[in-house]
Amino acid sequence: MRHIISLLMENEAGALSRVAGLFSARGYNIESLTVAPTEDPTLSRMTIVTRGSDDVIEQITKQLNKLIDVVKVQDLTDGSHIERELMLVKVRATGELREEMKRLADIFRGRIIDVTDKTYTIELTGTGSKLNAFLEALEPEAILETVRTGASGIGRGERIMRV
Amino acid sequence: MSDPELTGAEIVVRCLQAEGVKYVFGYPGGAVLNIYDEIYKQSEFKHVLVRHEQAAVHAADAYARATGKVGVALVTSGPGATNAVTGIATAYMDSIPLVVLTGQVPTAAIGMDAFQEVDTVGITRPCVKHNFLVKDVRELAITLKKAFYIAATGRPGPVVVDIPKDVTQQCAPFHYPAEIRLRSYNPTYKGHAGQIRRAVQMLLEAKRPMIYTGGGVILGDAAEPVTELARLLGFPVTNTLMGLGGYPAPDPLFLGMLGMHGTFEANMAMQHCDVLLAVGARFDDRVIGNPKHFAKEARRIIHIDVDPSSISKRVKVDVPIVGDVKQVLEELIRILRSGTERPDAAALKAWWAQIELWRSQNCLKYERSDTVIKPQYVIEKLYEVTEGDAYVTSDVGQHQMWAAQYYHFRKPRRWINSGGLGTMGVGLPYAMGVQLAYPQAKVVCVTGEGSIQMNIQELSTCLQERLPIKIVLLNNRYLGMVRQWQEFFYEERYAESYIDALPDFVKLAEAYGHVGMTIERPQDVEPALRDAFGKYSDRLVFMNFVTDPHENVYPMIPAGKGLSEMILV
Repeated sequence: MRHIISLLMENEAGALSRVAGLFSARGYNIESLTVAPTEDPTLSRMTIVTRGSDDVIEQITKQLNKLIDVVKVQDLTDGSHIERELMLVKVRATGELREEMKRLADIFRGRIIDVTDKTYTIELTGTGSKLNAFLEALEPEAILETVRTGASGIGRGERIMRV
Repeated sequence: MSDPELTGAEIVVRCLQAEGVKYVFGYPGGAVLNIYDEIYKQSEFKHVLVRHEQAAVHAADAYARATGKVGVALVTSGPGATNAVTGIATAYMDSIPLVVLTGQVPTAAIGMDAFQEVDTVGITRPCVKHNFLVKDVRELAITLKKAFYIAATGRPGPVVVDIPKDVTQQCAPFHYPAEIRLRSYNPTYKGHAGQIRRAVQMLLEAKRPMIYTGGGVILGDAAEPVTELARLLGFPVTNTLMGLGGYPAPDPLFLGMLGMHGTFEANMAMQHCDVLLAVGARFDDRVIGNPKHFAKEARRIIHIDVDPSSISKRVKVDVPIVGDVKQVLEELIRILRSGTERPDAAALKAWWAQIELWRSQNCLKYERSDTVIKPQYVIEKLYEVTEGDAYVTSDVGQHQMWAAQYYHFRKPRRWINSGGLGTMGVGLPYAMGVQLAYPQAKVVCVTGEGSIQMNIQELSTCLQERLPIKIVLLNNRYLGMVRQWQEFFYEERYAESYIDALPDFVKLAEAYGHVGMTIERPQDVEPALRDAFGKYSDRLVFMNFVTDPHENVYPMIPAGKGLSEMILV
């Protein structure tokens, strides 16, 4: 099953490599991983999307907790949560495609953030499946380049993760 | 008064002194010359010069195993650090508290492929509890404090502190904090009260109980409460390889070691018990074999461990208790003693009758001989001659298993070997660390002719430090355990397991300034041992026992099989 795990960790050099190293050494999957400092610059917040049986996920959270730099671990999948991912897509925007691209971007509440006479770059946020749906709606030949951040997640309502 | 300004090198030395370090095992080199210069100027701790960095870490590791204190090693950058890696990984697998200081090239040279540069933090990351690169001399003292704290607390383990050469030259005010807290690291020591009560209830309901203890009992100084609990309830006990000495072996409640080369009675009782109390043990592959086979029999499991990630990793447990094994066991005993309820005596009696039946197999029997030395016999005699009171280190292989099976350890921290990583070559440096910790103690290194040659250079260190270690070499001219597997599983194709061109070990020992003996007849075994511990008690004695080359270690559970699928002699 797919799990989305949030981590708060000391914003130290090498912290990311400890997490990445743990996943590769123990043979866990990483579907995506995002990380950036929080409002408290001594802490980084990481979101890891992984897949595994309940046993494997239990081991993953325990092993993450065991890392000395990790302050908190939460499996967001355990409760209701929100996740968002950002994608930038560069598409061919010539001829009649130009209008269609704009219309599709509007339908998916995307924004065109860079324009040339041949291309648009569209910014889109949402869940992974929404971003997938957008890509599927495009003609494959129209897609010139994509870049995705991987999911960031946060608990709903009063479910708060902080030190 | 403000804190004194010291150089980084002085700070390192002052921190080690503040930690009460007695021995630093190491090898100098360019990146650590400033630290060595400061060591030279002081006498509060002693530096032991090894002949290879791997041995420095092993010796520090053994010092920690034997004393419970944090072991310290110091090596230079580049090859110094890479040579130390095997030692670090060995300590990591057995959860041994170590602080390993590695020199590093100056901060400005890091990443420049400088002379003797390696990414030590990167290389050691998967085999340390934690590691640090100190880039600012003002962080040095606090980092070393953290290193000692992390190494010794919770589930212990090695911590590497990588120190660039310029940091050892720069100055900073020195202050060594008495205590430290890390917001990201808070091991749990006190067991959950509700879980402990459930455990007590489960133990009382047991009809076929079993207590299975591992290295955690040794590391957590919990041999006493284990013994008290077992005797209070009259339950059988088994120890893992790492847990030997956690319960006095000659006691009738003790069923011997379990696992791949465990006793028939221990493995059968483990497989057929209805309530299993696991303490500081991790159900690893050499202990329970195939977890699917283990799970075939229904049993309820209580698991006490300081490391939550050890619980329900290979085997699902019913009552997990995260905490310090000693504290949790003491609490269990307190609750049991405060009540009058005891397990069903009739059921326990029937269980013991079954166990005695298994025990009557006498699975450690072996064919005696008047003409060729049986390796088991040497260990039996060693046990007699040392009155079961020696510190025994071993290398890895058949000799290790025979030592574990035939030397009946009564006390914790007496059996020093590499269980997790299985590192050949640890035996001699391990004996050095133990002998330095306990200069008056009898320290024996049981080894094979394969293993001993992996760190033979340390005979030189032993002379320099005048360490009266007794080396018991069970010389069967084969890499015995490899040969045994080839005999059983590879139709006797002995690929590269026969060692030709062995050195003359007597001459070798003598060349290093020690006493050497070759023993070829069974009747000479005991006199040789008596001489070693008597006439030559103050010398290192290298005893080359020429043993039966075809002897195998029994019982044996083939890899991937279950506990009740033993091959018996």
